[in-house]
Amino acid sequence: MSDQTPIVQGRNIVKRYGHVTAIDHSDFELRQGEILAVIGDNGAGKSSIVKAICGAVTPDEGEILIEGKPVHFTSPIEAREMGIEIVYQTLALSPALSIADNMFMGREIRKEGWMGKWFHMLDKKKMEDFARDKLTELGLMTVQSISQPVETLSGGQRQGVAVARAAAFATKFIIMDEPTAALGVKESRRVLELIQDVKARGIPIILISHNMPHVFEVADRIHIHRLGKRLCTIDPKDYTMSDAVAFMTGAKEPPEQQAM
Amino acid sequence: MSDTSEPARKGQDFEQTLDRSDSRVAEFDARRHSPIERVQHVLHDNPTLVPVIVLIISLIAFGLIAGGKFFSAFNLSLILQQVSIIGMLAAAQSLIIITAGIDLSVAAIMVLMSVIMGNLAVYMGVPSGIAILVGFAGGAAAGLFNGLLITKIKLPPFITTLGTWSIFYSLLLWLSGAQSIRGTDIDANAPFLKFFGSTIELGGARITLGSLLMVLIFVALWYMLNKTPWGRHVYAIGDDKEAAELSGIRTDRVLVSVYMLAGFVCAVAGWASIGRVGSISPQSFYEGNLQSITAVVIGGISLFGGRGSIMGALFGALIVGVFQSGLRMAGVDVLWQVFAIGWLIIIAVAIDQWIRRVSA
Repeated sequence: MSDQTPIVQGRNIVKRYGHVTAIDHSDFELRQGEILAVIGDNGAGKSSIVKAICGAVTPDEGEILIEGKPVHFTSPIEAREMGIEIVYQTLALSPALSIADNMFMGREIRKEGWMGKWFHMLDKKKMEDFARDKLTELGLMTVQSISQPVETLSGGQRQGVAVARAAAFATKFIIMDEPTAALGVKESRRVLELIQDVKARGIPIILISHNMPHVFEVADRIHIHRLGKRLCTIDPKDYTMSDAVAFMTGAKEPPEQQAM
Repeated sequence: MSDTSEPARKGQDFEQTLDRSDSRVAEFDARRHSPIERVQHVLHDNPTLVPVIVLIISLIAFGLIAGGKFFSAFNLSLILQQVSIIGMLAAAQSLIIITAGIDLSVAAIMVLMSVIMGNLAVYMGVPSGIAILVGFAGGAAAGLFNGLLITKIKLPPFITTLGTWSIFYSLLLWLSGAQSIRGTDIDANAPFLKFFGSTIELGGARITLGSLLMVLIFVALWYMLNKTPWGRHVYAIGDDKEAAELSGIRTDRVLVSVYMLAGFVCAVAGWASIGRVGSISPQSFYEGNLQSITAVVIGGISLFGGRGSIMGALFGALIVGVFQSGLRMAGVDVLWQVFAIGWLIIIAVAIDQWIRRVSA
């Protein structure tokens, strides 16, 4: 695998729901080490295309290649097993459970030896140490205790836990769905920094967002989705936010797609 | 959506002032809490504290009212014995309530399985051990039936188990012919069915094996819920099922396993109930479903799921037992015992609501 092979490549993806075509022969590409923003009007199908990539939706036609190899996910659990992590807009955290429990939800570590083998005993210490390390790495370890319930955290801290969980287990890439939508100005800033930190570790990110300033600030490339397909991909340095909005809403013709 | 034609740059204009602002974002608020808020916090972190405190206070109060004989080893072991069967049902019920479900069929499963064990061992000459194993398998199958209706057909647990309660109850009336199996017949043909009725004398205490079994069941389930991945998944499902699903938990599979395990525990309680009652009566424990829910609720397990410790249900069952015993010894009419339990339930749920409103 050369460094030029895209992490994800979607070709001619089609997904229909009855008479509605949610994805209409769309392409998709995520490159190594980049932050790719996906923008589009409501109903353009941007979440459908991302769901197709992570296995939440199985496309009717087309192919998806991960690191050049075709994949056929039938559930996000399969994608997760390949090292693809998703930070959902709803965060998918269990409020009453601890930070450590949440980070390891669905992939708990059992004790070594017979207690773990026969009685499935959790290795709480190992899990808590790991969770603490990961939060510290991302500069989030201002929380008092790793065993405190998530519901005692602020919105930004919860987002931080969800991002840390994704960053801790992602080996291929992370999908983030509207990570700043529910946050205030300062907390959004912190999460954007966090996204940059994760990128700096070499993990590419797909960022779905409606927030143009945030998109233009962190994205390396912007995938503009319109009417079920990729309209174009632009470099945020070459275009303004009003250009992006104009392409997205159809007010302006997209640029000739060069190989970028 | 902002539609400015600003060039991209590090941070937006309006955010430049942030450099000078307070940069503590993800820190903990260190504001001082009032004493009541602090109590609320402690209870929020340890929901089982409420039933423990209530149990201790009621023990002291009834000790003062009913006098020294209340505290005798004999009376205390009697309370344990009296709550043992409802306690086991409450253990099964807790599993389900933690997943934000409810099971109205627990007592019906229990009595149905005791009737099956009795019919096989007493009337059909099947060895007791095999009859008991058939009962256990039947309990798990009844739980599987509930679980599949709830997960595959997506029926609400309340309605599902309201229906299966009637189904299991009519099955047990049919299988038993509405007749009890007498204790003397059990003694003659299958005394092993009454195994958990045997007692250990310890000082003045008469502890039945059934009481010990109840405690053992609680300890085992506590371990499973708190020390294994499965237990974390059970809590996560009760807390927020969708979030659990998105975190990669196969929630339907876990839910079915919970209902099966609860059905199995009910069948174990069915075996123990033969020793406790001394006979197998299709009419027994008719109120067991509601009594088990009472114990769970008084034990501080939230009916909304995801919160509370299964040990709370043990304390809840004991509180009910202590109230009944204490009020009886104090010479209070039975109707006031029921009255008191009613208030306990309402207060317990009110406290749960108050704790859940905790502010960070």
